[in-house]
Amino acid sequence: MTTRIVELRQGILKKNDELARGLRGRFTAAGVLVLNLVSSPGTGKTAFLERTLRELRSGGARAAALVGDLETDNDARRLAASGAPVRQINTHGICHLEAEMVSKHLDGWDLAGLDYLFIENVGNLVCPSSYDLGEKIRVALLSVTEGEDKPLKYPALFNSADAAVITKIDIAEPCAFDRAAALRNIEEIRPGIRVFETSAKTGAGMQEWLAYLEGEATRLGR
Amino acid sequence: MHELSIVQSVVEAVTDSLAAYPGARVLEVRLRVGALAAVVEDSLQFCFGIATEDTPLDGARLIVHTLPVVMYCAACAVDVELDGVQSFRCPRCGEFCVDLRQGRELEIESVEIEEAPAHESAEVTP
Repeated sequence: MTTRIVELRQGILKKNDELARGLRGRFTAAGVLVLNLVSSPGTGKTAFLERTLRELRSGGARAAALVGDLETDNDARRLAASGAPVRQINTHGICHLEAEMVSKHLDGWDLAGLDYLFIENVGNLVCPSSYDLGEKIRVALLSVTEGEDKPLKYPALFNSADAAVITKIDIAEPCAFDRAAALRNIEEIRPGIRVFETSAKTGAGMQEWLAYLEGEATRLGR
Repeated sequence: MHELSIVQSVVEAVTDSLAAYPGARVLEVRLRVGALAAVVEDSLQFCFGIATEDTPLDGARLIVHTLPVVMYCAACAVDVELDGVQSFRCPRCGEFCVDLRQGRELEIESVEIEEAPAHESAEVTP
């Protein structure tokens, strides 16, 4: 009996990473800014995205969305009311989106005809952090109802984010939300990150967010 | 929660790597997992037992090397190892570090295999 050690030295998610690299190349070539929105269930990703899509479109920008959920197309129908092209990805039990799912759902879309593509991930603060979807910007969202220590509890996700959004600030006071603690915790885990304090209901903070999007899209070289 | 899909990817990659060693059995699989990879070792071990059934990896040991987070500290101009993942300040000077050097790895390092005895495939009984 001979035993031997075979060195592999390869990424476990190599297939996903390769697909994501391919997608990133397509997005860059098409000049579309792609964002991956990640949060717990119930943070208000869909409401935030609804408002974002509506405001971008009223400003003349071309935006589309892919929305991931285990089941139902409720979110896609909500988002489609903005008039933007929207597609639902049902993962049927898988707790995160993968590059292959994104790739499949882009069939027939003219990426060069878009300024922005939002990918709303499955509500989950753990698993989506491992899967690159080819996005330019990963956005971690946190609502005022969730507890200011979320970034400390989910450091892998918050540390991999490029921007953070605090949602539902219109109800911060009744929730006794400690704003300073939340900002401090985000800073501990991801120093220097841009943080947007928003309310999809009142529109608070949306102008800063939209200006950031426009700046990032301009940096893409459009 | 996604440990099962990760383990399935491991089984697939290891099985592919056995093409050069027909009939080989896997004794041990060694992974390198960064502290920020968002996977839990206990869960990997549990899923590994299930995902390897009826594969050449059946019965193999899974060894997980956890890698600490290493950041580049611009103030000290050196790579520093963090004690945990609750703060991204340099343990030497206390400044924030933004340049991650290690910590998100999710890799198969190596496998130990037992090759099939040469006579098994060559044996011909008239």
